[in-house]
Amino acid sequence: MSDNVQITINGKTASVTPLTVVATALACEGVTRFRRSVTGEPRTPLCGMGVCFECRVTINGQPNSRSCQVLCEDGMEIVTDE
Amino acid sequence: MNEKLLEFDIAIVGAGPASIAAACAASENGKTVVMLETSPWFGGQLWRSEFPRAKTRQAIKWFTHLSETSAKAFLNTTVIDAPAENTLLAETSDGNLRVKYDKLILATGTREIFLPFPGWTLPNVYGAGAMQALAKADWPVEGKRIAVAGSGPLLFAVAANLRIRGATIVLTAEQTDLMSFLKFGMKLPLLAPSKILQAIKYQSRLIGVTYKTSCWPVEAYGSEQLESVMFTNGKRNWKVDCDYLACAFGLTANLELPRLLGCKINHDAVFVDDFQQTSLKGVYCAGELTGIGGIDSALTEGQIAGLAAAGKMKQAKKLRRTRRRYNKFEKAMAKGFALRRELLKLADDETIICRCEDVTAGQLREFDDWKSAKLQTRCGMGPCQGRICGCAVKEMFGWENLSIRPPVYPAKMKNLE
Ligand SMILES: Cc1cc2nc3c(=O)[nH]c(=O)nc-3n(C[C@H](O)[C@H](O)[C@H](O)COP(=O)(O)OP(=O)(O)OC[C@H]3O[C@@H](n4cnc5c(N)ncnc54)[C@H](O)[C@@H]3O)c2cc1C
Ligand code: FES
Repeated sequence: MSDNVQITINGKTASVTPLTVVATALACEGVTRFRRSVTGEPRTPLCGMGVCFECRVTINGQPNSRSCQVLCEDGMEIVTDE
Repeated sequence: MNEKLLEFDIAIVGAGPASIAAACAASENGKTVVMLETSPWFGGQLWRSEFPRAKTRQAIKWFTHLSETSAKAFLNTTVIDAPAENTLLAETSDGNLRVKYDKLILATGTREIFLPFPGWTLPNVYGAGAMQALAKADWPVEGKRIAVAGSGPLLFAVAANLRIRGATIVLTAEQTDLMSFLKFGMKLPLLAPSKILQAIKYQSRLIGVTYKTSCWPVEAYGSEQLESVMFTNGKRNWKVDCDYLACAFGLTANLELPRLLGCKINHDAVFVDDFQQTSLKGVYCAGELTGIGGIDSALTEGQIAGLAAAGKMKQAKKLRRTRRRYNKFEKAMAKGFALRRELLKLADDETIICRCEDVTAGQLREFDDWKSAKLQTRCGMGPCQGRICGCAVKEMFGWENLSIRPPVYPAKMKNLE
């Protein structure tokens, strides 16, 4: 689709439809862990509504951003704790 | 820091169904209204996937109605404090917003209840409503084997929706017993007839899917991510292979803001009078904050709060009968899906309770109260501020966190560990 937005996930480019939630974009691109916990465990979203903070990733350089509460924008850079 | 000051007759926290109904009622009656919503969408938990294009009849009706009023809304705006009388402080991506108001309506909704069991922190274990919300936002569920578990009528909706999107539901496990479940079902015709049609619709989509009562998960397995779940009916355990587990044990109100303001709270719900006014004059509450009752109850309470805050008591009074019926429905639901004691003993010593700080049940068992546990282990002191582990420790140990300090959400600019 021509009106897709381009984002990068850990440096790799991806094309997603506008209004895609960042967490969804990550899952669709095959990300299986969003962050590592304080003891190093892999984690994925739990609540999907912004309260649990398990879906934290770095968005445009801002660490600890809740990916389930942010919509993809053109040029957005997303980095996970892989 | 950049700070803007705004003044409105009525400030509403949240932009879910209850807030939308309140905003419509208040602004139609000549009041200036502002809605402050932390997420990037309108519609709250139920309708957020319908923003900006509503698809269901009810959502279309209310979104259209709202767009025809003069109510203003700020999305991506999190209310974090009530720093002075009749004043809210909210955080946005480009600075703070200070909102002065005459009347305040709180409609911050609910979140899911999670009870820890071994393996619940594995990737691909989700909340039940969470899985549904993620799927509605196009999370990849097609072709996945999903077990749905926990408690409440929401499980039907979740399983039906996931199946429509191409998932295979390997099991739906409801912890309550068949008798309680049937008693609840028998009250539906009187208290919430609209739910019967909904139930029939879901049932028709779930033909061939096993739905078990008195059944709950005891352990989730997998090395790097979920591979299978052990279920029990209290007598026998069996293992089910699956890609995702969608599991939550009901809903609990987001009480942080009403608590910070000092509203009286009764049995996990904000106490309100017939006009949705809390124990504080000029502060109203609507929706799931006053009792978990679902969409219709949220809309009715929102309307009452909006009308009452705008001084239209006569009109508000007309809706009281409907509201009382929904209150009975709320009570029937709480009774029908009360949590069984066995669920509180699922965590073993190694099971993580606080996911932000990775504090285990074994560590917590050494303490007598949450305050000392918190100080020694940091349980509940991570970015979720105890929103997830708080429910678990309350159910498991009877510890309750009643002292709320601002900010009620961690401020974005602060560096979170
Ligand atoms: C995951 C989930 C799935 C659900 N699915 C269904 C379903 O299928 N059917 C059904 O009938 N009910 C469902 N419910 C119950 C549902 O919450 C209600 O039916 C309905 O959405 C309640 O409306 P509300 O306005 O009271 O709350 P909500 O819809 O929860 O809206 C509250 C809003 O307040 C916002 N908010 C909270 N705190 C702040 C703050 N500090 N600052 C700014 N904004 C804030 C939230 O982001 C949210 O948008 C679900 C609940 C959850 C948690
Ligand atoms: S999944 Fe819980 S905050 Fe995003």
